[in-house]
Amino acid sequence: MKITVLAVDDSRTMRDMIRLALTPAGFSVHVAEDGVDGLEVLEGLEPDAIITDINMPRMDGFGFIDAVRSQEDHRATPILVLTTESAPELKMRARSAGATGWIVKPFDPAKLIKALQMVTG
Amino acid sequence: MVEQASSKDLELLTFRVAEQEYSLDIMSVREIRGWTRTTPMPHAPAYMRGVINLRGTVLPVMDLALRLNLPSQETSDRNVIIVVHLNGVLTGLLVDAVSDIVAMTADDLQAPPDMASDPSMAVVRALTVIDDRMIRVLDLSAVVPARADDAA
Amino acid sequence: MSDPMDPMTEIRASFFIECEELLEALQDGLTQLEEGGGDSETINVVFRAVHSIKGGAGAFGLEALVRFAHRYETVLDEVRSNRFSPDHEALKLFFQAADHLSDLVRACRDDQPLPEETSTALLDELDMLLGDTVEEEVAPQEFTPLGVSLELPDLDLPSDLPAIPAWQVRFKPAFELYETGNEPQMLLRNLCELGAAVVTCDTGALPGLVDLKPETPYLAWTIRLEAEVDEAEIRGIFEFVEGLCELEVSSFSPDASDTAPTAAPAAAPSSPVAEVIPLPPAPVATSDTAPSPTSDAATQRAGGLGIASAKSVVRVDLERIERLVNLVGELVINQAMLSQSLESAGLSPHSDAMNGLEEFQRLTRDIQDSVMMIRAQPVKSLFQRMSRIVREASAAVDKEVRLVTEGEATEVDKTVIERLADPLTHMIRNAVDHGLESAELRAAAGKPAEGQVRLTAAHRSGRVVIEVADDGGGINRPKVLEIAVAKGLVPGDVTLSDNEIDNLLFLPGFSTAGKVSNLSGRGVGMDVVKTSIQQLGGRISITSERNRGTTFTISLPLTLAVLDGMVVDVAGETLVLPLNVVVETLSLGRDDVQMLRPGAHVVRVRGGFVPIYDLGAMLGYRATRSDYSGCIVLLISLDDGSRAALVIDGIQDQRQVVIKGLDDSFYRAPGIAAATILGDGQIALILDPADIIAGAGPIRGPDRSLMEKRVEHG
Repeated sequence: MKITVLAVDDSRTMRDMIRLALTPAGFSVHVAEDGVDGLEVLEGLEPDAIITDINMPRMDGFGFIDAVRSQEDHRATPILVLTTESAPELKMRARSAGATGWIVKPFDPAKLIKALQMVTG
Repeated sequence: MVEQASSKDLELLTFRVAEQEYSLDIMSVREIRGWTRTTPMPHAPAYMRGVINLRGTVLPVMDLALRLNLPSQETSDRNVIIVVHLNGVLTGLLVDAVSDIVAMTADDLQAPPDMASDPSMAVVRALTVIDDRMIRVLDLSAVVPARADDAA
Repeated sequence: MSDPMDPMTEIRASFFIECEELLEALQDGLTQLEEGGGDSETINVVFRAVHSIKGGAGAFGLEALVRFAHRYETVLDEVRSNRFSPDHEALKLFFQAADHLSDLVRACRDDQPLPEETSTALLDELDMLLGDTVEEEVAPQEFTPLGVSLELPDLDLPSDLPAIPAWQVRFKPAFELYETGNEPQMLLRNLCELGAAVVTCDTGALPGLVDLKPETPYLAWTIRLEAEVDEAEIRGIFEFVEGLCELEVSSFSPDASDTAPTAAPAAAPSSPVAEVIPLPPAPVATSDTAPSPTSDAATQRAGGLGIASAKSVVRVDLERIERLVNLVGELVINQAMLSQSLESAGLSPHSDAMNGLEEFQRLTRDIQDSVMMIRAQPVKSLFQRMSRIVREASAAVDKEVRLVTEGEATEVDKTVIERLADPLTHMIRNAVDHGLESAELRAAAGKPAEGQVRLTAAHRSGRVVIEVADDGGGINRPKVLEIAVAKGLVPGDVTLSDNEIDNLLFLPGFSTAGKVSNLSGRGVGMDVVKTSIQQLGGRISITSERNRGTTFTISLPLTLAVLDGMVVDVAGETLVLPLNVVVETLSLGRDDVQMLRPGAHVVRVRGGFVPIYDLGAMLGYRATRSDYSGCIVLLISLDDGSRAALVIDGIQDQRQVVIKGLDDSFYRAPGIAAATILGDGQIALILDPADIIAGAGPIRGPDRSLMEKRVEHG
């Protein structure tokens, strides 16, 4: 059974790259372009994992994670945060917002897949 | 279609203009049409016949004989327009008749003799012989001028 | 060359397109900030634009771009966090950095060499802006896990290490671990995948059912792992949960006593338990976490920059649009041909077939209108490019200049926008360099030191009108005339009206630059601008007032492809005139025509005399006639109010024609704007009346030589 992933990023290039990295590895990838869009897409989806960027218009990554975690169904859904730096403060903030883990951009597709596998089992 | 890796092979389209035989690399030829009435362009050079409708595109047509400073005859519906493309631009060349398509290798071509006195040779990039007849291979870029609006 | 089938190539191309959008948003945002408008969201947009470009650039390994974007982003972050407030000078620098970012992006896209020195220079200036407030880039630190204590009570390390390293891992998740969606089950499973593992669950802390608080973690695990891994790899598995658990990793000697970790006697025996007891996911209490005000956040952010309404947008290959436009064009032609065939076949215009065809044609015109507008784009991106030109030009000649734009949302066919870039650039540079006076002269004239260039676009009576206006000194007519005479463009003794002198600027070979400035030194004249505009099917005119300024007005067809035309016969040829200039048709009686002088005739029309132009002669189809009585003329009226009477042989029809550009033919005849294909498949030339008239002038000697000069050029 395919693992379903929801990828939220305001950059079209990023969404394409994530899809390109994950689809051949057998993942089913859905995308959204910011937090608000992400919540909408989430409604119809039962993703096994969520990947989200931080800096997005309308609703940023932190707001999105907050909103996702406040939903019963998704309190424990693994959420990976995409960040361009590995600054500790950012990790801390992501984690306290409820992120499961992080991936540093530019990401190595293999690492992305590994990280997803680690959190979805 | 020539599929060999050898880049020497080429195909020439031979045609007649004002009693002389010329040829063009088939790769630059888009199509061959019968003659249609051209719409003259005001104040254009004498060798520009005008424009015709090529399936919805406006195609300029050049009287090749006049362009080569050869005597031009009355055009009739036996004339042929060879549509060529150079650098993305299409042009029609009005000639008397199209003869044949001939395959040859680069070895079959000879450099033209230096005849500065004969302006019609300035557009010839090579010579070849077919059935004991001398055929001039046309240098298309010397015949079709560059775009005037490149000055902008 | 990269394989075109490679999806990365496509994504890369898509990335560069996205960069253009981001750069546009960046400019918008900076402009808003400069004008004092915008709010906190504006700076976010600016920040995100640079941030996103950086992110994508990193994915494609565009190092130099990443470096520049990163430092730029850092400065913007300071602004975003309210640690730095940019003043006018700083914003100017931001604009320059944005322009440079744009250059870098394009250089990367086109595989051109990168302007490294400018990068360094700009970055230095950006650094200076912030002074001490910029933190040195901190090397990413390894996060030190909490609670590391090596409790190795009974460990006896053997002198030689075992062939396969053995590890003991003790893992006790904290409450917070569950809040992040992490699962001990996953972690343990990942750990077990490293090698042979034995997992023991320590349930010692588990209270009785009654006292069990469901949201509190009680369990801990001890894993003995034999695997060819080092400690870092083991800790790597717990990377995400560092600090959210107690984690102890220690080397373990299998020879040492196989004591189970100190644990209170538990129900589970200390014999290896190969199973992990599945833990019910602890429901995370979020009562003290305020539910995210998602809707509030959304509206707040949406309000900021007037973000584009949720319009559904589709990206389409331009080639497909071109194909569609061409196909629809052919459809129109085909219908016209069909209509003609049916008529010649004797079908009555009122028959069902003809009515049906008419309806058919109406529908096609509707489709055509819609298709044409697909290619229409707002001129905004063009105007933004121009604002950069103004910045660079004003810096080059050391003048303070402000670009004011209006009508950015005016939509124009995409190809037109691209082909306007060069002419507009030239006009704007001219305005800054020559149009605007120096600060001292402006002060002396009582004008503000800052010069103004106005760039406007609007739809007016079926055309697009673009104006470039400066509030400079206006055209120096005596000087212009002097130069024209000196260059032999006009005879020395001629008297010209103000407007005629102004139009001398459009003559080839004209240039007022006595000295060559850094800008206009390339010697590209206004005649080239005019030709470019004409090739778009447009017209350009000029008005100027001494000491007030100069305005260039460009009028373009709304789309490239369609024109409402009057189809006429001239000397056996079919020509088309734009309907919007035609006022009426006149039949000339002998008394209506007056001769001004040989070769120049006028016709009396209410309110004045209108010059007559013999199209057949002017286009070289036949010789000039001397007697116009009995001729049919079309009375036309141009943008600038001037009128003319064009002699034709007859009127065929009045209809919409599909414009076929002539830009692929190398012979530009003056007065010919484009061509069209008629119902019978024949080509009819589309005239530009203003050009014909300008070319002919009041048919004076010097003007005729001008006409001839133009022909040589074409």
